[in-house]
Amino acid sequence: MNRITQFVLTDIFRNKIMIAYTALLAVFSWSAFTLENNSQKGLLTLLNIILLTVPLVSVLFSTIYIYNSSEFIELLVSQPIKRGKIWFSIFTGLSISLALAFLLGAGVPLLLYASIGMFGLVAGMGVLVSVAFTAIAFFSAIFTRDKAKGIGISVLLWLYFALLFDGLVLFLLFQFADYPIENAMVFITALSPIDLARILILLQLDISAMMGYTGAIFKQFFGTALGFSISVLLLCLWTAIPFALSLYRFQHKDL
Amino acid sequence: MNVRLLLLLFCFCLLTSRLQATVHTVGAGSNPTAIKTALALAQPKDTILVKSGFYQEGNLIVDKPLTLIGENNPVLDGNKQYEILSVKADSVTIKGFVVQNSGSASLDDPGGIKVYDSNHVVITNNTLYDNFFGIYIQYGKHCLVKNNTLISNGTTDELQIGNGIHCWKSDSILIIGNNVSGHRDGIYFEFVTNSVIWRNISFGNVRYGLHFMFSNNDAYITNVFRNNGAGVAVMYTKNVKMYNNVFEKNWGDAAYGLLLKDISDSHIENNRFIQNTSGIYMEGSNRISIKNNIFGSNGWGMKIQASCMDNAIDANNFTQNTFDVSTNGSLVLNTFAGNYWDKYEGYDLNKDKTGDVPYHPLSLFSVIVEKNPPAMLLYRSFMVTLLDKSEKILPSLTPDNFVDNQPLMRPLPL
Repeated sequence: MNRITQFVLTDIFRNKIMIAYTALLAVFSWSAFTLENNSQKGLLTLLNIILLTVPLVSVLFSTIYIYNSSEFIELLVSQPIKRGKIWFSIFTGLSISLALAFLLGAGVPLLLYASIGMFGLVAGMGVLVSVAFTAIAFFSAIFTRDKAKGIGISVLLWLYFALLFDGLVLFLLFQFADYPIENAMVFITALSPIDLARILILLQLDISAMMGYTGAIFKQFFGTALGFSISVLLLCLWTAIPFALSLYRFQHKDL
Repeated sequence: MNVRLLLLLFCFCLLTSRLQATVHTVGAGSNPTAIKTALALAQPKDTILVKSGFYQEGNLIVDKPLTLIGENNPVLDGNKQYEILSVKADSVTIKGFVVQNSGSASLDDPGGIKVYDSNHVVITNNTLYDNFFGIYIQYGKHCLVKNNTLISNGTTDELQIGNGIHCWKSDSILIIGNNVSGHRDGIYFEFVTNSVIWRNISFGNVRYGLHFMFSNNDAYITNVFRNNGAGVAVMYTKNVKMYNNVFEKNWGDAAYGLLLKDISDSHIENNRFIQNTSGIYMEGSNRISIKNNIFGSNGWGMKIQASCMDNAIDANNFTQNTFDVSTNGSLVLNTFAGNYWDKYEGYDLNKDKTGDVPYHPLSLFSVIVEKNPPAMLLYRSFMVTLLDKSEKILPSLTPDNFVDNQPLMRPLPL
């Protein structure tokens, strides 16, 4: 681990917001598992947290953090360090801390109440979603110097993925109800990291039987080792692409 | 005078000889050693006692009223070629055998024990392994099938395997305390009237746990139907009584706890529907009373198609179902009253234990899914939760007469 990442990590670990976030996740997850009398329902509640809270906190916290450390970044740039290294180190620091917060907050009750396979899946999805939305934050923060605008963009992106995208999917489903669009739907869900994570987790729960024909097609794709690997790869792409775009911009930007 | 006395004496002798049934013991060391020989020797009303052993004698035809008793579970093996026991006489009793490996053919449906056109046949305490059909009764009356265990290998292809207990065109049949698994349908009734299915366990069958067609005036009581390929199907029947049964773990795309198709004037009471994809799916069914049942942890508690009419759904508990109720149209001709719904969020100011606000059990998302099944894709997404909440506050798309006006505040003690 390089020195810049260490700086970022020690800085974030002292951050009260981060501690509050971890505590919030812990309270939610513990209550989800202890209030519901079966662990499956607890998992579903936890799923809502992963799909809603985790992306929101990740994207907002990261955006604000980048803006707040703009002077630190300028200072680093004046040193003989490659710009790519600076940007990547900050990203690594933020990702690690957000992922750790999730694992500490939600991962521990998950490990205690759910099966080990389910823990692996849900914790993995939570971490991937955290990292993907950190990358999206980097993407939205690099394009403007105005902090308000940058936060605005990141909140809009979160709103789009968490809410509007599903609305669009529902709209498409009704518009093309007369056509066999199930296979196309598999492709379309890949366009949102939140949907991808949600479907991967849902298919591992018993509920897949309720999803009917579409569920069967999804299971056929996502249920296999190949489909699963492809979808995890897609989630990684949701990290790689926004980050790569922001990195390119950062390297060519007049700070 | 003398002639009369002689005649009387003769009659008396005849009667006593008929009353004195002989017991033929079959087995190694006895005479005869083959069941076939004993069947040929025996007079009506005799008893054949079969000692423990392995008997591979092809098809055994019982064409006299006999009592066949197996001592220490003798094995009758059909060598995967023959129908094993064919009953072609009234008042036959078959007790205590292990009947295994019948032949399989889709033309004449060979069974482990098959009853042809006979009345008062009793089949008890037998174990049947890997038969094509287990116990098959056709044109039987007043027959009793009790405490048998039927196990088959349960291949996934439903054409490769017959039904466990199969009754066809029969009347007054009692099916009691049997344990059926791995067959195509656990228990199958077609054109069977005035019969009772009581205390059976039917699980892990390829298709239905119980399959029931054109069988009026029957009752099934205190049975367990678990983990069958497609649950239980009751079709084209009136006056069925279903009490105290357990329907559980029938998970799958086309699996139903209980599938009702064209059923009328029936009673479904005190049953438990737990962990099924759909607890009850009803279609074209009228005047059914659904009362005091528990619907728990199902995908859909009940799916009531708009083709159903005058059904009364009263005093049931709906807990932890993904959707309590769903329907496919806006026409509602069924009534809900006094049920407990765990999703109810109303209040009870006058403390009469029923909520003051009517409960609409139909969620917007369940309507959307019914219209457009792929929308299930959005299950558990934030937007769907939001839509459901707004619909609960301002119902606009769900039919407003789909309502329970007396929702209970606490679950019924069922």
